Amino acid sequence: MGAIYVMWLRQLKRYWRSKARMIGSLGQPLLFLLALGFGFGPIFEKAGGGNYIDFLAPGIIAMSILFTAMFSGIEIIWDRQFGFLKETLVAPVSRTEIMLGRTLGGATVSFIQGVVVLLICFLIGFRLTSWVYVPFALVFMFLISLLFTALGTAIASRLQDMQAFPLIMNFLIMPIFFLSGALFPLTGLPRALEIVTRFNPLSYGVDGLRGTLTGISHLGLFHDTLVMMVVTIIILWIGTLMFSKIEI
Amino acid sequence: MDHPAIKVENLWKKFGDFTAVQGISFSVKQGEIIAFLGPNGAGKTTTIKMLTTLLHPTSGTIQLNGFDPVTEQDKVRSSFGIVFQDPSLDDELTAYENLEFHAVFYHVPKTVRKERIAYLLKFVELWDRKDEPVKNFSGGMKRRLEIARGLIHHPKILFLDEPTLGLDPQTRNHLWEYIRKLNKEENMTVFFTTHYMEEAEKIADRIAIIDKGKIMIQGTSSELKKETGTKSLEEAFLKFTGHLIRDEGASAIDNMRKHRKMWGR
Repeated sequence: MGAIYVMWLRQLKRYWRSKARMIGSLGQPLLFLLALGFGFGPIFEKAGGGNYIDFLAPGIIAMSILFTAMFSGIEIIWDRQFGFLKETLVAPVSRTEIMLGRTLGGATVSFIQGVVVLLICFLIGFRLTSWVYVPFALVFMFLISLLFTALGTAIASRLQDMQAFPLIMNFLIMPIFFLSGALFPLTGLPRALEIVTRFNPLSYGVDGLRGTLTGISHLGLFHDTLVMMVVTIIILWIGTLMFSKIEI
Repeated sequence: MDHPAIKVENLWKKFGDFTAVQGISFSVKQGEIIAFLGPNGAGKTTTIKMLTTLLHPTSGTIQLNGFDPVTEQDKVRSSFGIVFQDPSLDDELTAYENLEFHAVFYHVPKTVRKERIAYLLKFVELWDRKDEPVKNFSGGMKRRLEIARGLIHHPKILFLDEPTLGLDPQTRNHLWEYIRKLNKEENMTVFFTTHYMEEAEKIADRIAIIDKGKIMIQGTSSELKKETGTKSLEEAFLKFTGHLIRDEGASAIDNMRKHRKMWGR
């Protein structure tokens, strides 16, 4: 337990000390929120979709979590480069604990990032339907954080190459983001696109988040929770397996 | 203690076609200081990695304090401390935090943790800079911190992989003073690798000359010299391996290292 805790704490400290990282990672969601929110807002409303900012906000929160979570995997590669990975690997601590600590740390950081974006959304004019569901929304945000941190960490533990990681990540993150219903409703899509979105775990995260924040869920909250949990557990398990195979 | 600190029999390690370690055998008594002397690429680091559970041997057996690094990883891992060839600290954390992290990882009880960290930071003369992030430290300070870290959990064996590489002579002398002191006071076994002749000769009780993955000979420095009828360890090394310790191959790797340092890795 102690090992999981210090791994978690270490990541939080590193995040807290890097103010540039904290502020820099807010730029992208802010841009999306302002440009898309106010750019597409009038059309969306005319088409009868309602307030676009209200629709978009959960999607952008999910996006900022997705990016931060996936990229937190790069810390393994950093640790490999700077040698710190060796220090953890020769310690009398199981690889599972190290992996769990890492994932929880990265997930907490991206969760905090998501909360900050949520607050920014309020400033821009996002309105909740009810405060009652906010705790459930936070649960969804944490599930999204956990799932994608685990995925990023799993991928990073197979990579040695600092340059390859961002390339692979962008290659994965973009389709996950665009095909998740973060930007547009998943109703009335062409059949092929609909199938793709159903295989995308982020669709369920975004849907759950939107359901709890604005009351509009397309896939059903129970269904969303179940899918997110099962996929998270599977990816965590795969990630631990990959991490345990690391040799230096 | 009835069992030796380290006992290795017929140890092999192959990476694909390349054989890094070719059937080495040796044993180290409790409280002894042993040096692995050899050029870069001789298999010193690979041997350390196998002893410290970071690599699985292709074949052969290892006993560390009576435990097997392959099947009893956790017991082995609690019983040694290691200072790697390259730095392995978290640059963003402070000196104190680095040690605290290590103490938790090695299950040092909370009650003695603070005291132990304070003692070691004073021991390596870094106490007054304990709250500074490690990225501000010089190479020598980082090394000292790593040695302190390796000692927190009272290891029975300390592994040092080229501990003085890139350090100035003064820091180097200091470092060996610490290690000699610890060896005497706590009867700690020390296993170190080096390619500096004078280091091996001055510090180690016993020297093993390793070249191209094989131990050419082992013994005290005077035994090695007597065996070859030479006056210096340098000449003895030449006799056993057929070449000087620093040849072209070695300097190429040194250059690579320099480049890596230059690019901040």
